Parts: sequence; C-alpha cells; structure tokens
Amino acid sequence: MLNSMLKEKRSAEIEQILAKYPPERKRSAVMPLLYLVQEEYGYCTDDGMREVAEICGIDPTEVKSVAGFYSMYRKHAAGKYVIEVCDDLPCVLRGADKFIDYAEQKLGIKAGETTQDGKITLTTVMCLAACDRAPMCQVNLNYHYDLTPEKFDQLVDELKKRDE
Amino acid sequence: MADLVNVTIDGVAVAVPKGTLVVDAAKKLGNDIPVFCYHPKLKPVGMCRMCLVDVGTPKVDPATKQVVKDDAGNVVIAWMPKLTTGCTTPVSEGMAVRTATQQVKDAREDVLEFLLTSHPLDCPVCDKGGECPLQNLTLAHGPGQSRFDYEAKQHNDKHVPLGDLIFLDRERCIQCARCIRFQDDIADDHVLQFFERGRHMEIMTLSEPGFDSYFSGNTTDICPVGALTSADFRFKARPWELDAAQSVCNHCPVGCNTTLNTRLETKTGGREIKRVMPRQNEQVNEIWLCDKGRFVHHYTRADDKLTQPMVRRDGKLVEATWDQAFGVIAERVRAAESVAGVIGDRIANEDAFAVARAVRSTGKGSVSMSPAISAAYADIVRACGVGAATDLKQIGKGDVILVVNADVEEQAPVWFLRLRQAAVDRGAKLVVAHHRSTKMHRYAAQIMRYEIGGIDAWVADSAKLLPDLTAARNVLIAFGDEKLDAPAARSLAQHLANLLIDSGHAGKANSGLLAMYPHGNTQGVFDVTAPMPAVAEAGVVWAVGVGDRADLPQASFLVVQDVVMTELASQADVVLPASSFAERDGSYTSGDRRVQRFYRALPAAGQARPDWWIAQEVARKLGAEWRYEGAGQIFADIVTQIPGYASLSYEALAKGEEQWPPMGRGDLYYGGTVYDNEGGLGVRYVAEAEVGTVVRYEVGAPIAALSGLERPERMLYQDGELIRRSHVMASHVVKPAVA
Amino acid sequence: MTTPMDKHVLLRDEDVQDIRELAVYQANEGYAGWKKAVTSMKGEEVIGVVKDSGLRGRGGAGFPAGLKWSFIPKDINPKYVTVNCDESEPGTFKDHQLIRNNPHQVIEGTALCCYAIGAHVAYIYCRGEFKEPVQNLQKAIDDAYAAGLLGKNLFGTDYSLDVYVHLGAGAYICGEESALIESLEGKIGQPRLKPPFPAVSGLYNKPTVINNVETLANVPGIVLNGSAWYRQWGTEKSPGVKIFSVSGHVKKPDNYELPLGKYSIQDLLEMAGGSSTGLPIKAVLPAGSSSPIIPAVNFHAKLDYESMGTIGSVLGSCSWIFMDESVDMVWAARKMIRFFKHESCGKCTPCREGTHWALKLYDKMLSGEATMADVDMITTVNKQISGKCFCPLGEFSTSSMTFTLKHFRKDYEDFIAQGKGGSAAYRRELERDHHMHELHGQAKAHS
Ligand SMILES: Cc1cc2nc3c(=O)[nH]c(=O)nc-3n(C[C@H](O)[C@H](O)[C@H](O)COP(=O)(O)O)c2cc1C
Ligand code: SF4
Ligand code: FES
Repeated sequence: MLNSMLKEKRSAEIEQILAKYPPERKRSAVMPLLYLVQEEYGYCTDDGMREVAEICGIDPTEVKSVAGFYSMYRKHAAGKYVIEVCDDLPCVLRGADKFIDYAEQKLGIKAGETTQDGKITLTTVMCLAACDRAPMCQVNLNYHYDLTPEKFDQLVDELKKRDE
Repeated sequence: MADLVNVTIDGVAVAVPKGTLVVDAAKKLGNDIPVFCYHPKLKPVGMCRMCLVDVGTPKVDPATKQVVKDDAGNVVIAWMPKLTTGCTTPVSEGMAVRTATQQVKDAREDVLEFLLTSHPLDCPVCDKGGECPLQNLTLAHGPGQSRFDYEAKQHNDKHVPLGDLIFLDRERCIQCARCIRFQDDIADDHVLQFFERGRHMEIMTLSEPGFDSYFSGNTTDICPVGALTSADFRFKARPWELDAAQSVCNHCPVGCNTTLNTRLETKTGGREIKRVMPRQNEQVNEIWLCDKGRFVHHYTRADDKLTQPMVRRDGKLVEATWDQAFGVIAERVRAAESVAGVIGDRIANEDAFAVARAVRSTGKGSVSMSPAISAAYADIVRACGVGAATDLKQIGKGDVILVVNADVEEQAPVWFLRLRQAAVDRGAKLVVAHHRSTKMHRYAAQIMRYEIGGIDAWVADSAKLLPDLTAARNVLIAFGDEKLDAPAARSLAQHLANLLIDSGHAGKANSGLLAMYPHGNTQGVFDVTAPMPAVAEAGVVWAVGVGDRADLPQASFLVVQDVVMTELASQADVVLPASSFAERDGSYTSGDRRVQRFYRALPAAGQARPDWWIAQEVARKLGAEWRYEGAGQIFADIVTQIPGYASLSYEALAKGEEQWPPMGRGDLYYGGTVYDNEGGLGVRYVAEAEVGTVVRYEVGAPIAALSGLERPERMLYQDGELIRRSHVMASHVVKPAVA
Repeated sequence: MTTPMDKHVLLRDEDVQDIRELAVYQANEGYAGWKKAVTSMKGEEVIGVVKDSGLRGRGGAGFPAGLKWSFIPKDINPKYVTVNCDESEPGTFKDHQLIRNNPHQVIEGTALCCYAIGAHVAYIYCRGEFKEPVQNLQKAIDDAYAAGLLGKNLFGTDYSLDVYVHLGAGAYICGEESALIESLEGKIGQPRLKPPFPAVSGLYNKPTVINNVETLANVPGIVLNGSAWYRQWGTEKSPGVKIFSVSGHVKKPDNYELPLGKYSIQDLLEMAGGSSTGLPIKAVLPAGSSSPIIPAVNFHAKLDYESMGTIGSVLGSCSWIFMDESVDMVWAARKMIRFFKHESCGKCTPCREGTHWALKLYDKMLSGEATMADVDMITTVNKQISGKCFCPLGEFSTSSMTFTLKHFRKDYEDFIAQGKGGSAAYRRELERDHHMHELHGQAKAHS
C-alpha cells in the first residue's frame, strides 16, 4: 500500500503548491513536492517519491529522475544541518579553500562527510551567487557571509546549542 | 507527389517530401549518415551529435530578396557557420548538404572517440556484438585508436536487472535515450528515465514491478549498443550463428511479422529458437512486438512437447505409432453416430481447412470452433471489417476511432500502439466505451462509461454518436467481447456494423470493424472451416489445437491433437502430436483480414506433424482419397473454395516491397536490430461490404453482459497452456481478472 | 558606496532604505508605471516603449527585450512569462541582490512584461539555493496581492495577473531558457531542440517570454519615464545601465551599477578598490566561467556589448572575476572545467564526455603527472568539443580552455617545465574533489 504521510501531514502546503499550476499540469509540482519529501524523510526516499508521483499523476520513475538530476535533492540521509561551502573560482580567490581546511579541522570530518553524532554535514558546492562576500556558506540554505574561523566557531556552537 | 523539395547531397540531387529530415533524404540516395540517437520511429532529439553534416541554403540578397547566383549562373550557397545535426534538420528547397568533407569526417571521429571513452569495448562477450551500430560505426567512422587513458575509464554496474525480462549494462550505455523515448512516446509507459546528470547519467526504473511495460523487449532491439539485453537471449548465442526464418505471431489478432532466430544446439542435438525478433511490416507491426509475442516461444521446446502419438490402454496413455493411432481413431469413428471436430483458433488456415475437410468427409461430422465466441461474429467482421486498402498510418485528423468493450492494449497490444499514435500524434478523435478504465482512456476525447453488465444501456445511447460518425472522414470501430456470451457478442457486432452502415462508412478504406479476437487466426479458421455451433455431444470428439479449453461437446471418445501435453490432452483417448507453428509452413488471417505466410524454422520434433497432414491421414484411413503435399496446395484449394479468398494466391502473399524507412537490411544499423521483410507482407482480402451492398443487421439476442467469473476480462498475460510454458514469462502470468 | 550613479535605476536599495517594503517602494514611484500601463496603455504600446528604449537582455545573450516580446503570437492563449532568476554563472550575484533588496521592482517589471504580451500568469524561476532571499520576494508578492497590485481585475479593469515563484534545485543548465521551461514543467533540466523557440512554443507549449530578472527590473522606469529617459545612459547600441558583479582579487567586491559604454574595465577595477593583494591584476573573466578571459593589456576596453566584442570577449551576464598575478591559469581553467563537468546536463555527447575527459587531463596537470603531450591533448579535446554541442553550455566550457591557452599558454608551459603540479595545495584540492566524488558514487550505489 502506498503510504500517504505527505498528504496527511502537509496537505495544506500541497494544496498551495498545486494551486500555482494549471490543473492539467500537476507535474510542475514535482520539484516543490520533492522539497517536502526531503523535509519529512530527510532525503528523497523511494516511498516519498512514489507519493509525489501519485499526487502529480505521473510515474514514480519520472519523479526519481527529477530527484536524480538536481543536486539539491539528497539521495541519501545527511546531517541535520548541512553546511555547504562554495569552493568555486571567485570564492577560492578569496580564501574559501583555506576556510574549508579550517572547517574540516573544526568538525573533525572531511568535506562530503557527516559528524559522528549525525548533526552536521559539510560539503563543498558550486557558486552560490554571493561571491562578493566570500568565503561564504549556506546552512540549510541560509546564507552566511564573510566567514572567518571565529565566525565559523560561533556558527557551529550555535548549531549544536540549537538542538539542546 | 505534391510538396516535393529539391536538395543536393554531396552534389547529387534528390527530391523528397517536404519535412523529410536530412538523414532520411540522404538515405534515399544510399548515403548513410551515421546516427545513434536518431531512430526513424522516434521523434528526433539531436543528442548524440553523430550525424553532424555541413548544411547550406541558397544565399539571398537581403536587398532584393533574390537568390544570388555566381558568374556561371549557379546558385551561391550560404553554408552555416557550424556543422548541423542531420537528424533534426528538415530539408528546404535548394538546400545543399556536404557529408564527406574533412570537417564532417573529423566530427564523426571526434564524437565516436568521446562515446568510446566511457564504453567498455567488451564486444567479444557482448550480445550485440556482430549487429551493433556502435561497433559498425566505429569501424566505418571511428578513430583508429583512442587516446583516452584506459585506466581513467569509468566503471559502472553491469547486469542490472531493470525487471525480470530486461537487463542493463550501464557501462555500455551511450545515453542516446532511445529506450526512454520509446517508452515515453510509443508505449506510453514512462518507466525508464535518466537518473543523475552529465557523466553520471544512467538509465533506471522505479516501477513496481521493474520495467513494467508490455513492450519492454523492443528496447533491446532499438538500443544501438549492448546495454539492454533480454533475459531470454543474453549469453545464449552470437548473432552470426543464428539462422532466420520468417514467421508470424499467432497470439493475438494483430499478426505481427516476426523472425525466428534459431541455432543448432550441440547439447540437445536439435535446433532451437534462440529469440523472436520483429520483421518490418509497416502495414502491420512496423518494427514492434509485444513481450508476449517475443518471449512465449519456449513452448516449442517444452519438456512436455508432444512428439509421439499416444493411445489410452488400460486407463493409461501409452506411446503408439501413427498407424496404430489412426487405426484406433478410424475404428471409433466408424462405430460412432457422429463426429464433432472442434478447431482452436490458433492453428493455420491450411490446418483448419484440412481438419474440417477430414471431419466432414466422414459423412457424419460437424465442425465447430473453440472458444465458441470466436465464431460468434467473424462473419460480420468479414462483411464490415476494415476496407482492404486500410492503412493505420493514415488514420488521423478528421477520423473517429471508437473503442467499445475492448481493452486494446491487453488484447491486441500492437494495435494499441498504432491506434494510440493515430489519436495522440495525428489527432484522430478517440471515443472509448467500456465498463472499466483501460489505458486507451488516457487519450480519449470522449469517454462513455457503463456499468458492468450494462452495455445494453450504452448500445441504446450510442445513437447519439451518429452525427459525429457521419461527419468523420473515416470511422474505425475496435470492439471486444469482454463479459459477453456468444449471442450477445454477435448482437454487439451487428449493432456496431449498423453504426458503420448508418454513418456511411461500411466498406470503405480506413473504416470498419477491428475485432479483438481471442487468438491469432480466429478470422482465418472461421473463414476456411465455416463452423457451426458446437453440438452437445458426439460419439467422437476430435479437438485440434484447442489448448486447455474445456468447452467441448460431451464425448464418448476424445481425440486431442495439440502441440504440448495440455490438461485436456491428458484426459484424451488418443493424443496426436502436432507440429508447432515453427516446424511448418502455412498462413494466418489476422483480425483485420490480412492473410500472411509463415515459414518453417525448426525440423519436426520427433513424430510431430502438421495438423493438416494428421487430418489428411485420418481421412485417408477412413477411405478418403485426397492428398496434399504441402500447405501451398491446400491454400490453392482454399482460394477456389472460400469466398473472399478467391483473389489471393500463396505466391502473392509472399510478395514484399521496400519498406520505408528502411530498417531491416543487413547493411543498415539505423533502426537497431530488426529484420527486413523477405517473407512477404501478406494481402488483406476485400470486405464483403466493399463489393456488394450491405444491409443493416437485424440485431439478435439482447446484449446483456455476463458478470463475474462467467466471462472474465481477457488480459495479455492471462494463464494459458503456452505462456505457462515460457520460463521467462512465468512470473508475469496472471489469473483471469474478474471485475 | 562609490559609484558614479548618483541615483540608481536598479540597485535602488543603495539609495533608499527599506525599498523592499511595499510602502517605501510605492513612495518612490513604485508601481506608478504599472498603474499607468494597465489604466492607460495598450500592450503594444508597452512593447513599443521597451523596444524604443533599446533595452537588451541582461541574462547573457543581450537580445533586445522589446523585440523578443513582439514575437509573441497574438492569437494563441494562454501565454506565459517566465523570469530567469537561476543566476548560477560563477561570479554572478546581481539578481540575488535585486530579489532580496528590491523585489517589488522585479515584480513590477514582470507584471509589465505580462501586460505587454497579454499573459495572465508569470513564474519567477529562482535557483533553489535562493530559498532564503526568495522569502523577501514572496513577501513582496503577497503584499502586492494584498494591495490589489496583483490578482483579479487590476485597477478596476478586466486585466488579471498571477505571479508565482518556482524554486529550482541546483542545476546551472536551468538558466538556459528551454531547460528552465522543462524544469518548470517538472522534468529534468535538459534543453529542448529549437526551433520551436519559446516565443512560439514555450511553457506548456504555449507562447512564452523568458527574461532575466535584471532585464525586467529596468522596465518600470522605462514605462514610467519613457525610452528617452532610459537612453540618457549608455550608447546607441548599448543603451541604459547595467549591474556589474565584481569579485575576486579586488578590495571591494560588490555589485556596481554603471551606464553602459562610459567606463572601461580599468575604471571598474578602480571603483572596486583595485587589487586586494597588492599584486597586479593579471586578467579578468567578464562574464563568469563561460566567458573569454581578458588579459590586463585589454583593460582599456569600454564596458558595452560592442567594445567587449572588439577585444574578443563578451559582456554577457557581467560577472567580473579579477585575478592577480599569483593565479596560475592552469589552475583557474581546471576550476572552471570542474564547474562545467559538474553542470553538464548529459544530453549531448561532446559536452558530457568532453568535460569529463578535459577535467581528467587538468587533474593530471595538477597532480604533477602531466607532460606537454597532455597540454596538446587538452588543446585537441577542447577542439573536439567545440562547435558540436547541443546547447551553449558545452560551448561555454571550451572558453576556459581556449582563452587561457590563447592568452596564457606560457602558464601551461611553465607549469610543466617547472613541475608546478603535485604541490601540497594542489594535491589537497584534488583529494577533496575526489573524496566528494567517491562519496557521491558510494551513496549512489546504496540508493
Ligand atoms: C548554460 C546557460 C546558462 C544560463 N544561465 C542564465 C541565468 O542564470 N540567468 C539568466 O538570466 N540567463 C541565463 N542564460 C541565458 C538564458 O538562456 C536566456 O537567454 C535569458 O534568460 C534571456 O533573458 P534576457 O533576454 O533577459 O537576458 C543562460 C544561458 C545558458 C546557455
Ligand atoms: S551542451 Fe549538451 S550536455 Fe552540455 S548542457 Fe548543453 S545539451 Fe547538455
Ligand atoms: S544527434 Fe543526430 S543522430 Fe544523434
């Protein structure tokens, strides 16, 4: 049986999302709905994708294809907080690489990994359109600019505290 | 022909219809521009970049808007700054194409080298080796040597089951998306897609069960590399070891043209079918097959394949010689008051004709068909079926396709593909009337739903369709007998024929009835045997090719003639081993009255013989004098005795003509693996309504549908004596659905 | 902020505090052009004034906006407007500032475009990473609805308009207009075959205008003040103002709004405070990774479409990445190739395989294992990609190779001759990328 957790827990949002697109174009809602899946399940699970397929009236394979194509849809579980540091050309010219060295050291993990306690995932990403304020990162998509080791310490401490 | 456009390709002029793509125009001249993603049956996408050519158009003076000519009076060509994909560029008047310049040659080499950077080059162990477009095009156009560091090759998963029928080798895939596009655009089962992007991009499915489509096998044909292989064929043989026999599928009324690839097996010492492949017939199946037609063939070498006559002694069936078996039968027939011949609707025309003749020559015989419903309305289809010149490719805008009480995908899968395209791609208006949802409903402009058992209400209601039908250019009516008994099915057919007559479409090309008959030769067996309703009981019942079906007259003596040891055969008094369709020649008449020949692919298994031979020997044992030497001779008799068949000849059925776009020729790679049609395209005989006037039918019995188990809906993979014997299909077999 | 514009046309948040608030925006002529258009102008008139203004697309290609709008067939409905806020070209961050700090102007420009062509629905396609700044945009949209500036029967007329935000999810290719449409339709972002062009068959196969955020942000002023007003800035062929995103080795990386054609690259560098490292600037990428790099000798060129063409480069999206003498162009080119390899949609062979191969070659350079033969190989692989791709992305990827090789071939030669590859820093960089790549592969194997 198809589970319907999304429909149960997020029905109002689903309605809102669907209302943006012509009724016969429900497929357009795939991307916003996948974000809901990610929020509810932590990543794009097969079940979650099947649910989206059902809502949009398309084949689950088509949903999975979308989840696969775009880099922001996670295909596996990640930390509660995902710190994404841009290491593209403009940022590295302004010290992003050294900053990532620091972040790795501070968190005790390598870029791409998640801390033992499952709280924080550190990754590098392509340009985030904030090159004027490098080094910079996003934490669960919130921007943090002009990063320094001190600022990063603060940020990490704050994230850890947020959970207590 | 109107709207021809003149183009010059490498200096050679050719005129092609407007809209023709450069690659196809070149093909007309025998200039094979290499392609991978392009497939003549799929919409062009221009992804692989293999077909890059130099394209130019006549230079136009912007001031005068006149074509510019040089001093010699030749049109000056303005060449495009970059190479262009020939597979996406339609020709235009005066266009010039260069396919042999150094730049074009380099481009081909460049693209091939790129494709090979991620290809494993495992041709020696690849099922596609020997018929692989990538292999062929690399030889023809590729770099002598790759400069890509072998160590840097990406290693991906091999042997990934997409479902239990199709396997994927991710290293061999060249991302041409042919399989995805086939599933999206032709089959409309969106169960294959790309996952990830860029160099990570790979084919995957999330369908449940895997690769959930009746048409999955086709992707292995059109895959231009060995990335998709079938569970049936992979690692079984090399293409060059295979012999090819031209055949026709007999599982449903479509009559798809097939090629049986066989090989001599050292292990068993016999010849076996290694795979069933499509044979191009643009009038019938183009180049497609459904998975049933492709994968059910295993019964031809089933363990319980009948190879020896058997007679019951002391309650047990024991092996006998033909002469002993004929002797027992003759004795019982002589003693009996009546003989009932019951003929299944999958055996060939020649068989059915000979069996009927044998039964009737006893002087006390009656001939009926099984299942009984097969005989219920075939005379109406013979009268008001589609016109002889019907071409499903021409059905489109302005036409109406009415589907009544039929699930076309389940009951005639390739017709489903073709009717769908007529509606979706060419704009025919589709009206679907049914008691449940079918896949056809997706494309319906109008849905008429009735309750299970309530089809009579629809019939009463259907008069309101008449204005639309009358206004339509052509009207095709596809109908089935789901949940109807024979009298009701007959009444429905009569009613639908009346709709054609009333709307002025009876006896016209591209209009008429299309029946979802139960099997591949329902029309043919009906035509050549002129069956009567089955009698209630008979002294001897002689059941030929009826499978497991039990709707037989009560018999004091039962003779079963079949291909495998069916349940019915195990209860018989005499069992006669018939050759499967692969072991003999003959002809079938498809549901749209196209008579098509099929040819022998395998030697006789043991003592098994064609049904016509067995019938004739029984008759001769009883004193008949007639003797046929082969199916052709029987067909000659059919032509003289069976109305409608008079205009046919066995030779004419075997005639071919060039199929466009050409895909099967051995030197081509274009359409993937598909065979050219050397066995003949068959001939559709004329519907009675085309030659005489048709009179409206007096509709007979009320059209009351049966409910529940009495007549289940007919599904493609419904359990039956043949599908059950294919190990690759076993997990797909379904119990008859009961709504 | 040192900028020669005393009053900004686009970056008005730098002049007016809180212009992101509806009330403040309205107090500063906000939605005046919108009201004027809906209540007193015909759609064609709006197209006319935008045409006359000479406004060119700011998303990269520089296509005249008014002309694009005029291609929309009148008799096919519905029509759509999609706003390109995918802003993913490395070095570009202007649309980010606009939607975050001056969102109403974006909305007003979008609305005017819709009105001009007779569309009743617009989608603003923002890259998924803009989830946070989009909150400002969404609030502005909500406020505009509440104030009757969007929605049904605007200003008492029978014209209605809905504006929606649609978030992408991390794919540079979705900035390409047809890939954006595919994405908006809920599909993977692979570009479509053209023709048909979006103006004829775009979103949901209906006529569709696609414009960049910045392009549309110019429109309210043009409609309110007329084309002559807009032409007070810029040149005949490059009229108006343009935002320059400046990053890299400068003291004051930021967005700078300048009239086109007035200032030179050198001027821009100086406005941004000059080199931040004390080392001389070696070169600049004028439009992110996809643009032909400009060596310092050409910094005299003026900032407009034509002048950039004469020095063999482009104005593009105006993402100016300045690099000082310390930057090795082999390294820089690898960074850019890495980007394109990551972003190749995979649809066509040369881009998909070529960027993959090219990155392998650059990796070999950085690892210290390469020889001059590999430099030659880079040159040929680059040629092998170029001119054969399905869409411009693949072509863009070749710029980084073509033009670093053209202007800085010596960097490549020195790299090999002096054995620069294999340094600790380069090894670290490669390791990091390979580790990320491997984790990705493992995760995939599990999924
Ligand atoms: C690979 C690629 C990426 C692009 N990215 C963007 C982008 O992020 N934002 C944008 O406005 N235009 C982008 N474009 C240009 C768009 O295709 C399109 O030309 C533009 O949105 C049109 O708007 P304009 O005329 O207002 O510039 C990109 C083009 C390509 C080929
Ligand atoms: S150039 Fe080809 S692979 Fe690259 S993004 Fe465009 S279509 Fe996709
Ligand atoms: S691009 Fe033309 S055949 Fe693939």
